[in-house]
Amino acid sequence: MKSMSNSRRVAFMTAFYVVGTLLVATWLIPIAIAFFTSLKSMDEIMASPRMWAPPKKWVLTNFAEVWNRVGMARYVLNTIIIATPSVIGTLLVSSLGAFALAFYKFRLNKPVLIVFITGMLIPFQMLLIPVYRFSDSMGLINTFPGVILFHVAFQLGFCTFFLRNFMRQVPFSLIEAPRIDGASDFLIYRKIVLPLSISSMAALGVLEFTWIWNDLLLSLILLQVDRLKPVTLGLANMQGEFISNYNMIAAGSIIAAGAPLVIFLVFQRYFISGLTVGAEKG
Amino acid sequence: MTLKKDKLLPWAFLALPLAMYLIWVILPVFQSLLFSLTHRDTIMYGRKFIGLGNFVRLVQDPQFHIALANNLVWLVFFVGIPIPLGLGIAMLFNQEYPGARLYKTLFYVPMTLSFAVIGTIWAWIYHPDFGALNTVLRLLGLEGATRQWLGDKRYMTLALVFVGVWRQVPYVMILYLAGLKNVPEELVEAAMIDGASWGQRFRHVVIPMLAPATVVAVTISVIDSLRAFDIVYVMTNTKARAAEVLASYMYSSAFHYQDYGYGSAIAVVQFAITFAFIVAYVNNTLKNELQR
Repeated sequence: MKSMSNSRRVAFMTAFYVVGTLLVATWLIPIAIAFFTSLKSMDEIMASPRMWAPPKKWVLTNFAEVWNRVGMARYVLNTIIIATPSVIGTLLVSSLGAFALAFYKFRLNKPVLIVFITGMLIPFQMLLIPVYRFSDSMGLINTFPGVILFHVAFQLGFCTFFLRNFMRQVPFSLIEAPRIDGASDFLIYRKIVLPLSISSMAALGVLEFTWIWNDLLLSLILLQVDRLKPVTLGLANMQGEFISNYNMIAAGSIIAAGAPLVIFLVFQRYFISGLTVGAEKG
Repeated sequence: MTLKKDKLLPWAFLALPLAMYLIWVILPVFQSLLFSLTHRDTIMYGRKFIGLGNFVRLVQDPQFHIALANNLVWLVFFVGIPIPLGLGIAMLFNQEYPGARLYKTLFYVPMTLSFAVIGTIWAWIYHPDFGALNTVLRLLGLEGATRQWLGDKRYMTLALVFVGVWRQVPYVMILYLAGLKNVPEELVEAAMIDGASWGQRFRHVVIPMLAPATVVAVTISVIDSLRAFDIVYVMTNTKARAAEVLASYMYSSAFHYQDYGYGSAIAVVQFAITFAFIVAYVNNTLKNELQR
């Protein structure tokens, strides 16, 4: 950039701000629409079709209504009950596999890694019927453990791969020294590698939490009773039921979007480092 | 530089993760392959081996043709729009001007939302009477361009794909921003001093250096386009058969019509189309990650 002439630099900067602002504004219009609609009364929505305009009168009751009467509170609680143990479980279980793949030399190391990476890319539909069948035979349909176990297992592919890459960077001397002193490998995993991996596990946890929070298909197959449904399915149901009360549906969307959005804004850096695996190194 | 004291130790650590992966991911893949060769109308019992019967049925099934054609539309748009647009936006936002970070953050936001939320919002935007899209067209005096976006067979799939693309562009941008960290600014500068025009610099310097990011972005977009289900489910409730894609047709065949063998066959087709891209992604990843 140093070699650019001054006038060209100014022109480029202007273009950056003008195009950038336009782009971001265009991209976020749908979200603004949902936000404004959730705060309008039905009368105002019917009177003016300009959905992108801020409400003339701000109405907060839609949120209370959706939260209490429509049962959004229950759906959000269900999602929290499903997502929290799923994230913790997948982090713990995958850290075991990652430890093995990062520190041991054995013939099947690479094939096992390939199996984990391939599994995370397989179309979900390949798993649905057999998993439904297995869950049915184990009595896991319509139970939270049934969904949680499937989440943990399915996310293992990505998490094992991600954590393995991180653990490879742990200096080998940190592993070898205690070994010579007679520490067991499990102790090394628990006392040395796991504490060193906390930051990358936190990054991974943030990403996993939003993924699991946003899941629809898996719960659709395994949870068929309304009182167990997560917020994504609750919202989809609501759409059928309250077809004409759009302010309520919009309020429901904002509630369903809340947690992932806040998490993203707070932990942005972690979030992105997880998403760009493979794109960075040449 | 690796431990080799005990050959059994790695397997002690791998036992739990591998067992879980085996039960919920690996075995199901093989079971689905097997189920696709059977006729079964209950999920537990009553399987009958019919060879390639389900696939013969697929070839003759007009609904399958619709789903396959729609999926092709998804695939073409998912690669054709987000890749160039995501790259362009990444190039634009890859500056250190004040506010650039805010732009990037805001632009990512659609990526963090679930398809349930996105589909719900867009269904309202597409509403024929109150929706923002038709309202804008009317305000612009383009009454004739208004459509029943989700009610007309001809526009349904395009309307759904557009929503998917809207969410995919920020994702591709993230991938390219990560890739751009690798392109040294001196290289770009050297090209400028040499007098290379902007277009040439872009083609001969930037594009080759972004190749790894492009491989990831293209393969992920292809795989995502074949996985499209949530948008279709939320915005049409899988009742609009004209908008069906492979993933949703598999779901309705298996879980609405209890045609499990046939559903498995559709899943196998989905898998077969994705397979080459999965291999490409795995290859690329191994090349990049295993050398560390």
